[in-house]
Amino acid sequence: MTKRYGGKTAVDQLDFIVRPGIVTGFLGPNGAGKSTTMRMILGLDRPTAGDVTVNGMDYSKLGAPLREVGALLDAKAVHGGRSAYNHLRCLAQSNGIANRRVDEVLNLVGLDQVAKKASKGFSLGMGQRLGIAGALLGDPGVLMFDEPVNGLDPEGILWIRHLMKSLAAEGRTVFVSSHLMSEMAVTADHLLVIGRGRILADLSTSEFINANSEHYVRVRTPQAAELGPLLTARGWQVKVEEDGAFRVSGADSAQVGDVAGEAGLRLHELAPVQASLEEAFMQLTGDSVEYHAGARMGGGL
Amino acid sequence: MTQTLSRQPAKPANLGNVLSSEWTKIRTVKSTYWTVIATLVVTIGLSFLIALAFTSNFDQLTAEDKAQFDPASYGLIGVTFGQLILAVLGVMVITAEYSTGMIRTALTAVPNRARYFWGKALVLAAVAFVVAEVACFVSFFLAQMLFSAKDISASIGDPGMLRAVFGSGLYLTLTALLSYAIGALLRHTAGAISAALGILFVLPIIGSFLPGEWGDTVAKFLPSNAGGAIGSSRPADGSLEPWTGFAVYALYTAILLAVAFVSFQKRDA
Repeated sequence: MTKRYGGKTAVDQLDFIVRPGIVTGFLGPNGAGKSTTMRMILGLDRPTAGDVTVNGMDYSKLGAPLREVGALLDAKAVHGGRSAYNHLRCLAQSNGIANRRVDEVLNLVGLDQVAKKASKGFSLGMGQRLGIAGALLGDPGVLMFDEPVNGLDPEGILWIRHLMKSLAAEGRTVFVSSHLMSEMAVTADHLLVIGRGRILADLSTSEFINANSEHYVRVRTPQAAELGPLLTARGWQVKVEEDGAFRVSGADSAQVGDVAGEAGLRLHELAPVQASLEEAFMQLTGDSVEYHAGARMGGGL
Repeated sequence: MTQTLSRQPAKPANLGNVLSSEWTKIRTVKSTYWTVIATLVVTIGLSFLIALAFTSNFDQLTAEDKAQFDPASYGLIGVTFGQLILAVLGVMVITAEYSTGMIRTALTAVPNRARYFWGKALVLAAVAFVVAEVACFVSFFLAQMLFSAKDISASIGDPGMLRAVFGSGLYLTLTALLSYAIGALLRHTAGAISAALGILFVLPIIGSFLPGEWGDTVAKFLPSNAGGAIGSSRPADGSLEPWTGFAVYALYTAILLAVAFVSFQKRDA
């Protein structure tokens, strides 16, 4: 699907499938088109070209959409003058969901104590919980969360992370967007990386980590002058770090250790190192222009 | 739906679900209470005060002025001002959804936009109808109490009276719907209220300055002039026949609702 606003293309020929039973992370920098994509899935915005289906159906054709898809798009998308309970009740009624379920989800997200309070007095975390309560109202098989951990405290982040994992473990489809790679690395099983409205990568989280983290071996020796040439002689790349240690790429720590051992050199440090995923993510999305041909992630960057 | 989950099959939601949801929505925000109370106070209060002023000055009026007197329209003066407050209710019902962002949540729950738009309109119309009829009938009876002191009161059973009073309630109901359409089109509370006031209040003033016979004809067909014709027990000079005027006003409302609906269907939320 494609979405243009005037001359600007927000989402460009996006094509993907999200599967049940796992958490799929929808990852991209701000402005990459994540929210626009989610809005199109929910029929709030119409694609300029192409179509979106949920469970094989156009969202607007779903008989009781809250029973099939639960979405948290924006914690502020509520009328602040209405109480949490009444907000959920009018949503429930619109889909023929019993009021009993409203109490259930309020308990589930821990808002039962403030159910009668107007939601304009809620903190960001409480607003987020209210939005999640709305998403869970219909006990849906598909759940979508747009940046659910934004602005939350560590306890809230942990709660949402566990919630998403347990929802997926129950066999539901969980689709969650974020601009934080570190968060997705611990939450998502599968990743869709988007940049400038295009899919840059569609692969499992572990594949992404393997493909995108720079591996190298950090080695420190008092006999640097002797070790250096031995390593480069093997065709490995050696860089000298600030503290004088070597950063060896192209070899694993065993190989580096063996070379040093054979030459009888003393090592003070030998460690395999992985560059941060955040770096890999920035490399991937920072220069999205390079991927305009729609290239998928291959061997490494 | 995934296989590992077992839950009862989803019963498709219907218009009834949307109506009960919209009913919950409209009565769980404070602005509804304020506008309903203000509509009653302004319509009944102003009708009463003006009837009181008219009655106390009746003896000083010229024969010509006395001949113009209509117990219905003179007892329902407050409708002209009450309509502005019902217009605010009609606008707010939809613009508050946009200003708060609730519209995104609401349309996620009810993606069938026709059902959402018309369901909301129906609930608004029902609320406005009840409030408007109460305001009109109370205004009428209170005014007649005052008029009876000068022997100029009418009974609700007199020709044209019931039609004028009940019809004024209908006029107010349509006004709420017309304002709802403007709100849906503009999606902005202040802008929509200004536009509604312009149409209902400012247009007739401009119309009254239009010259000649041509000007009079145009003035008759302006929305609130045409719709207001139903509030007289007998056709007044310079206005359409009561039901003709009402039909014209209903037509304006229907056109605006249709345009608003088409735009609501097409535009991104």
